[in-house]
Amino acid sequence: MVTTDRIATKQEKAEDDGNGPVVAVEDLHKSFGSQKVLNGIGLTVSRSETLAVLGRSGTGKSVLLKLIIGLQKPDSGSIRIHGRDIAGLALDQIGEIRKKIGFLFQRGALYDSLTVGQNVAFPLQHHTKEMSRSERAGRVRELLAEVGMEGDTEKMPSDISGGMQKRVGLARALALEPDILLLDEPTAGLDPISAGEIDDLVLRLEEEHHMASIVVTHDLHSAKAIADRLILLHEGNVVIEGTFEELQKSDDEFVKAFVRQSWEDICRERRV
Amino acid sequence: MSPTVSSSKNPINEFFEWFGDLGIFFWQVMRAAVTPPFEFRELFRQLDEIGSKSLPLVAAAGAAIGVVLSLETRHSLIRFGAKSMLPTAIVFSVVHEMGPIVTGLIVSGRVGAGIGAELASMKVTEQIDAIEASAVNPYRLLAATRILACILMLPLLTLTADFCALMMGWVSQALAEPISLYKFINDGFRGANFNDLLPPTLKTAMFGLIIGLIACFQGMRTRGGAGGVGRAAMNSVVLSSLFVILGNVVLVKLIIIFFP
Ligand SMILES: Nc1ncnc2c1ncn2[C@@H]1O[C@H](COP(=O)(O)OP(=O)(O)OP(=O)(O)O)[C@@H](O)[C@H]1O
Ligand SMILES: [Mg+2]
Repeated sequence: MVTTDRIATKQEKAEDDGNGPVVAVEDLHKSFGSQKVLNGIGLTVSRSETLAVLGRSGTGKSVLLKLIIGLQKPDSGSIRIHGRDIAGLALDQIGEIRKKIGFLFQRGALYDSLTVGQNVAFPLQHHTKEMSRSERAGRVRELLAEVGMEGDTEKMPSDISGGMQKRVGLARALALEPDILLLDEPTAGLDPISAGEIDDLVLRLEEEHHMASIVVTHDLHSAKAIADRLILLHEGNVVIEGTFEELQKSDDEFVKAFVRQSWEDICRERRV
Repeated sequence: MSPTVSSSKNPINEFFEWFGDLGIFFWQVMRAAVTPPFEFRELFRQLDEIGSKSLPLVAAAGAAIGVVLSLETRHSLIRFGAKSMLPTAIVFSVVHEMGPIVTGLIVSGRVGAGIGAELASMKVTEQIDAIEASAVNPYRLLAATRILACILMLPLLTLTADFCALMMGWVSQALAEPISLYKFINDGFRGANFNDLLPPTLKTAMFGLIIGLIACFQGMRTRGGAGGVGRAAMNSVVLSSLFVILGNVVLVKLIIIFFP
């Protein structure tokens, strides 16, 4: 909690030192031109908690994550991280917050002019000046081993598969030991075994490092495994929030359709 | 909403909007460039990249210009009975105008397209967002380094072009009518002073600024997939060449005023 203390100002500390949410989003609106994407979304995540965000393709899940880390600006609404509203912050203050957020892009977004190892080393190179070259190399090896990519350090991103790029992206997101993880479909495009390993990794990070995670996923199986709570987005709003069982028991037509369809898909895949 | 949308489609408004955005971009890059941390590694990488990629092209273009100038000038000066002025004419046209502008245009093509396409593809694959998400300023890491590298490399590349042009100018003179290199250079630079060499060479630093700035700007504002990347590369080349040529008019005028 060292960083939290540094970031939070005095008044805000009171709220944060308790079990206050690490990420709190309120009444968030975002449109692109005339297209309303988010229409009053609210969510919270606390320490050692994983929130899964579900929703159909194009409902604005990726946009939501980008708003939270400040890559896009909301039209209205507030986003608080460790109790601090990020809207009014100067770039270097946002930088301090971003260092403590690990972000995995939906398509990996690896730097294509750098090798896999250099990609993971990138945040370390820029933010851990006190680390020696060999310490950094050791840390990169460790991170790549966590995601099962230790054998491909010297490869270029264009020479590895999409699922492998995702895992390297995850290793890069973990490089600075963040206390918040924002993961955009970490298991999409992965085989069930690798997906299970990523799920285990997220669970372990939550337990050992008390990370707060928001995980966008289409993979209900993975959501069931890692999430403490789930929210389902539809037409710019949260239609339901709760545990996996609560979602399954819901009477709402859309929730029922969403959960049943996805769950049946999973069961069918498993049987085959 | 709709009136503003339709009025911003007006080409004049669009031009001013583009110019305004360019100004804001320049301001952001400047602000990032003068505050630490400085990205020396990336700067050296870009110096190497820009220098080594453009060097052969600039040298070849310079050499060709030298030959052509030599042939053309010889032809006209003989007609006017001023053959002894030949080396001077060649040296002055190369150093004053041909070397700088040819280098500027070649680099616009080679480096402008390279930077435009590279940054555009980083933009559409969210790599620039990823840099920002890692709490690194992309204006500082990507744009400032490339622009500075262009500013530093252009004068050096211009000197290379000048050198190749003068050498080939001499060779083609010597083939038509034997003249020693020493005499050619000596005659050529007689009456020339520092003001003839320095301002025209240093003005290419401004070309570097124009090329780097426009290419980075076009690259980093790209939208829309692979088509967007192609458009960004093309626009970088077209706009940076155009502004190099237009900027040259202003710079030449200024040099004539301040270094008579
Ligand atoms: N930069 C942008 N400019 C314009 N529209 C955008 C932009 N980014 C996203 N959108 C629009 O916002 C909507 C939501 O996009 P988003 O990528 O968040 O969907 P998603 O929920 O992540 O979908 P998927 O599950 O397929 O990844 C889409 O309709 C998209 O067209
Ligand atoms: Mg998405």
